[in-house]
Amino acid sequence: MNVVACVKQVPDTETLIKVKPDGSGIDETGIKWVMNPYDEFGVEEALRLKEKLGGDVTIVSLGPARALETIRTALAMGADKGIHINDPALEGTDAFTVATALAAAIKNIPYDIIFCGQRAIDDDSGQVGAVLAELLGIPQVTVVTKVEVDGKTTKVIRPIEGAQLLIESSLPCVVTAQKGLNEPRYASLPGIMKAKKKPVDVKDAAGLGVTIDVKAKVVKTLPPPARPPGKIICGEEPAEKAKELARLLREEAKVI
Amino acid sequence: MAKGVWIVAEQRYGAYRKISFELASTARKLANQLGEEVCAILLGSGIEGIAGELGKYGVDKVYVADQPVLEPYTTDAHAAAVAKVVKENDPSILLLGASTQGKDLSARLVGKLATGMATDCVDLQIVDGKLSARRPMYAGKCYGEIMVSSFPQMASLRPNVFPAAENSKAAEVIKFDPGVDAGQLKTKVLEIQKDTSGKLDLTEANIIISGGRGMKGPENYVLLEELADMLGATVGASRAAVDAGWRPQKDQVGQTGKVVSPNLYIACGISGAIQHLAGMGSSKYIVAINKDPDAPIFARADYGIVDDLFKIVPELTKEVKKLLA
Ligand SMILES: Cc1cc2nc3c(=O)[nH]c(=O)nc-3n(C[C@H](O)[C@H](O)[C@H](O)COP(=O)(O)OP(=O)(O)OC[C@H]3O[C@@H](n4cnc5c(N)ncnc54)[C@H](O)[C@@H]3O)c2cc1C
Ligand SMILES: Nc1ncnc2c1ncn2[C@@H]1O[C@H](COP(=O)(O)O)[C@@H](O)[C@H]1O
Repeated sequence: MNVVACVKQVPDTETLIKVKPDGSGIDETGIKWVMNPYDEFGVEEALRLKEKLGGDVTIVSLGPARALETIRTALAMGADKGIHINDPALEGTDAFTVATALAAAIKNIPYDIIFCGQRAIDDDSGQVGAVLAELLGIPQVTVVTKVEVDGKTTKVIRPIEGAQLLIESSLPCVVTAQKGLNEPRYASLPGIMKAKKKPVDVKDAAGLGVTIDVKAKVVKTLPPPARPPGKIICGEEPAEKAKELARLLREEAKVI
Repeated sequence: MAKGVWIVAEQRYGAYRKISFELASTARKLANQLGEEVCAILLGSGIEGIAGELGKYGVDKVYVADQPVLEPYTTDAHAAAVAKVVKENDPSILLLGASTQGKDLSARLVGKLATGMATDCVDLQIVDGKLSARRPMYAGKCYGEIMVSSFPQMASLRPNVFPAAENSKAAEVIKFDPGVDAGQLKTKVLEIQKDTSGKLDLTEANIIISGGRGMKGPENYVLLEELADMLGATVGASRAAVDAGWRPQKDQVGQTGKVVSPNLYIACGISGAIQHLAGMGSSKYIVAINKDPDAPIFARADYGIVDDLFKIVPELTKEVKKLLA
């Protein structure tokens, strides 16, 4: 079983995002970079499949030099090798371009299943896994909380609004991971030592034969809309406060 | 030249999902500015009868493919069908819902149509004849304005944000052959386990009442359920409550849970960590009930009560009951 896990390096969830005054993007100073939390579920699932069925786990990440740390984290968790797509011209492009580069890197290695996160928590776009599947000509099952592989197929659980689906897909396919899939392991100390010696291939757009044709652009980044200051409801007794809240919701906000 | 504002309508069990009307109304607004038509794509089995209803929300033409192979939804079948009719008609804008199905389908279409898309938008405008989309990024910590330079210009709409306005047209219904061969599908839905609670999903609820670690244990959520039943609300949870096993994963609101935008969000015993705010910060009204006056949730709340939730919630339920009587 050869498994690929795509991982993106993103700002830690605690990060306070500051928008540059000219709206050209976010201010990256002081950001702590981590593996996209949904990608951790993908890496963990990849490792579990390898432990059960044998084979290799390859990590693929597109990002600047610092993204190598995230690849090393996955290698320290137990993955075997990495591909680092590092090309400034590919940075901050769109889902189609990123997926094109990932597909170009992946199509030359053997794979039975590819994990992505259901979305990256920086752009929150949730597109790359599906576009990658289309470009490779394989099926996708997205936002998945359980994976079982048997022979030539996989059965997955996909929660949707008001229901859970059990879906069967032929292999190879792309699975996008949702929270609930598993509990990702931490890298052990020996794991971290071993990771330093594991191979990481570095590629750029030209080396992958990718021509860049950006189709969607963030033309302006803005701070979130300001919210009017809230009201703290005062009163002597809980009943009095509750009554005033109910009144405000009914008469002022008109939401109940 | 690419022309027309198109939507992919969403139905389940032969009934439209609310997002379909939000899509139709939004498309109508954009099409009026462009002086173009609104066309909808409706896929499924046994659904031809409901096609015309979209006219009520401003759709001019409904392209319907009604075949067993399109039910239940699979990515392969629906993406092939949509791509076919879109390629034949070359619309300038293509809108889908950012529902679980819409997200899955729209992303595949980005690949099939080799175009760009703005996901989970909260505002769409026409600027110089082009689509300009506004969407939260970094879990709502900032917003981006997106322009798509290829056609169709795609966007998915966050459910519950765009108004569904009636704007009656006599919609023309056009049948088309999706050209999907069941034998070629690579995925199959083996089983659908329906949630029998009768509650709306968090992403679709108008009112959400969420409980966090302050609820102290799973048994106390009945307090929230009682209030929720009265208001037709859905109960949510913080990650702390989900990770403690008090509530199922599907109830988690936040950066690694669901992103919701109800009219009213009531947070009970939730501190308001940045990852929680990321999931509910765009709610229209936020209420916080927390005994700690310094809890960060108060900075985001429209109305706050600093008190013990175990005293406040039962009183609130009583008051709401009186008001709704
Ligand atoms: C990568 C990552 C992703 C995350 N994703 C999410 C996510 O998606 N969603 C999410 O919610 N969190 C998420 N978190 C966790 C988040 O950081 C917080 O730990 C979590 O939201 C805290 O939950 P809480 O507010 O219920 O608990 P706490 O922070 O412990 O707050 C409990 C609150 O209850 C109040 N309280 C206690 N007793 C009472 C009472 N009797 N009456 C009134 N108030 C009372 C307390 O004053 C306190 O403010 C994530 C964290 C990480 C690192
Ligand atoms: N630059 C990247 N490098 C590697 N994988 C990526 C990259 N961008 C996106 N992905 C994968 O695609 C998923 C969805 O990303 P997105 O479509 O950007 O929300 C992520 O969780 C990753 O698994």
